[in-house]
Amino acid sequence: MYSYFILHFVLFPGGGVAVGTLLLIEEDKYGLYSNLLFKYFLAEGIVCGHDLFVASAKEHPDKILKELPAPLLDDTYGKELGDEAAAKSEDSQDSMKIAWRYQNLPKMEASPTTYTKFGHYYDVSKKMSPELCQSVKWHSFYLHEELSFEPKLKAWSMNSGYARLLQSIQKIISQEGFDGSDPQKKQRNVLRIGIQSLGSILWGDGVCCSDNPEDPHSLTKFLYVLRGLLRKSLSACIITVPAHLIQNKAIMERVTNLSDMVVGLESFIGSERETNPLYKDYHGLVHVHQIPRLNSLICDVSDTKDLAFRLKRKLFTIEILKNKWTPTKHSPLEVPGIAMMWIFTSHKTITAAFASRLVRHSEPCEQTGSGRIRQTAELRMWRHGHRQEAPGLLVIST
Amino acid sequence: MEGDKGGAGKKRWPSLAGNRLDKHLPGKVEAERILLAAVVSVSHEIFQHKEYPEGKFTLLRDTRTDGSFLVHHFLSFYLRAGCKVCFVALLQSFSHYSIVAQKLGVSLAAAKERGQLVFLEGLKSCLDLVFGEEEQPGQPSPLQFLSGSTSDLRALFEFVRVSLAPSAGDSWKGPVLLVDDLSVLLSLGAAPVAVLDFIHYCRVSVCCQLKGNIVVLVHSNEDSEDEENELLVNSLCHHSDLILWAEGLATGFCKDVHGQIKISKRLSLRQAGEQDLVQIYQYKIQDRNVTFFARGLSAAVL
Repeated sequence: MYSYFILHFVLFPGGGVAVGTLLLIEEDKYGLYSNLLFKYFLAEGIVCGHDLFVASAKEHPDKILKELPAPLLDDTYGKELGDEAAAKSEDSQDSMKIAWRYQNLPKMEASPTTYTKFGHYYDVSKKMSPELCQSVKWHSFYLHEELSFEPKLKAWSMNSGYARLLQSIQKIISQEGFDGSDPQKKQRNVLRIGIQSLGSILWGDGVCCSDNPEDPHSLTKFLYVLRGLLRKSLSACIITVPAHLIQNKAIMERVTNLSDMVVGLESFIGSERETNPLYKDYHGLVHVHQIPRLNSLICDVSDTKDLAFRLKRKLFTIEILKNKWTPTKHSPLEVPGIAMMWIFTSHKTITAAFASRLVRHSEPCEQTGSGRIRQTAELRMWRHGHRQEAPGLLVIST
Repeated sequence: MEGDKGGAGKKRWPSLAGNRLDKHLPGKVEAERILLAAVVSVSHEIFQHKEYPEGKFTLLRDTRTDGSFLVHHFLSFYLRAGCKVCFVALLQSFSHYSIVAQKLGVSLAAAKERGQLVFLEGLKSCLDLVFGEEEQPGQPSPLQFLSGSTSDLRALFEFVRVSLAPSAGDSWKGPVLLVDDLSVLLSLGAAPVAVLDFIHYCRVSVCCQLKGNIVVLVHSNEDSEDEENELLVNSLCHHSDLILWAEGLATGFCKDVHGQIKISKRLSLRQAGEQDLVQIYQYKIQDRNVTFFARGLSAAVL
């Protein structure tokens, strides 16, 4: 039995990362699932024929590229999800503009091996064939090899590892013409940049080591310059950051503000949620901290929901968290506030928020007793006069 | 419980039993009228700058949500009003603002061409500084503090001062400085004191000397651990004439109400003994405009 890895399209509105933007993934505790997402992004680039730029201080990029998941040619599972996803991506494409259509390349290609639906599906138990890997141009940046070269840097007052990385990215973008500087190049391609574990100690950055790092600004400066490079070129970037190791939360707040889209992965391995009956079908949660607001007054906020991921026998999916204990009339999506509640509010405000929201939006229930909603330590729900307790999820001791 | 059964002079208290409740709620048509009136009056209040004398400092802040729709509004408003605008756009590219401004009915490219808009694209300027050729000594980059050679924002202030300085052929109305957003300067390594100094110099130059207006956006989070940012925001709040605070709803995301906006007119700043005027409205952002309404009177509810 092998497991498939399928990225469900509820995660990315419109089904992808817009060209010119930055997707930041906050790694889960052991980096397992964030690594999978990282490899998926690169694998998708190869299948779409995009150029790749892989940077890491941990593993050699050659090794990363050898371990990419193989694309699924048999799309029995893909079909149903694909039709659903195609329909979804059709509606939500309005919020994205022309440049992002480049991510639609597979739709436009006429070659027989590509698919008519958007996106591809991968089998994580199989490795991508070397021939397919070699079919695209890729550039690598392994920090420990680069350090041996003499840097030609101006005094940027930035961590030298980051400065070298920026210089390398800028060189590729201008040399290969991703910034449109070569007017003769008619066939314009997209560059997918993947940077692994940015901010970790391996990059020479002290933000993961102490509350008061020596140079708290390197990471944010790097992100700002990278944002500038992305905006003026046909590239899209994914960065994984070990956010759970960064002790200074102010830095994470600034990093979030400087990224276009921020997604946090929380795996249940080793946590008390592993045995929580509500989460028995899932392996972790997906927290969407920020979504891009590009070229428009509004962003596609309606698509954000509580998301969880799971690795079933044959499927790895990211899907909407289904609650067994909300009133049957309302799915979590229809009750405004519940979805975002789990993601954004701190535990202290959950009791009040949940109780008030439920009262406003559910059908008037018969209530026994005093009729007042008590804000107690445990969440109670009024339904036909009987109290029902949330199954251990939000037990808050005051 | 019915009202009194006594003499005619006594008041009747309305019953609150369930079946009588509808009588006391406005009917649908009346509710819509109330809503429209609320929307119109709020727009007037927030955006009727002609009422204000010049030389005002407006602070835009956002919490749990993105307040950049306010920046887009002010940009298109001042350009339409015929003011000369210096826009220090640190967070997004020119094309982003241009596309949104187009939806709001203003062309940034045309405004730039006729000299009404001076646009500093922070991202591009930073790239030029970092990857570009050696700069001319007479023309330092506005974001020079990035290279670490200076710790203050003097170059940025000079840029603003020169852009808004009145020139001979100009027929524009009062100058306006717009900044999106100030919190980015902290992320780039500027100290909060340096940022406050920059704002202070801009106020003296733009508000006092040139009788123009300044509009600045800052981010803030409740329970934020970013002390430098909180310091900056609190300090700016104390010196602002008008504060527009966009907040996401405390109860979470809602499709029909994207957030609430708190408008504080700091009358106490100019006149001793005056009370600040605080109003709270809720808003919904659409593709081409933003509708404001009184709390609880969202169109979805009526």
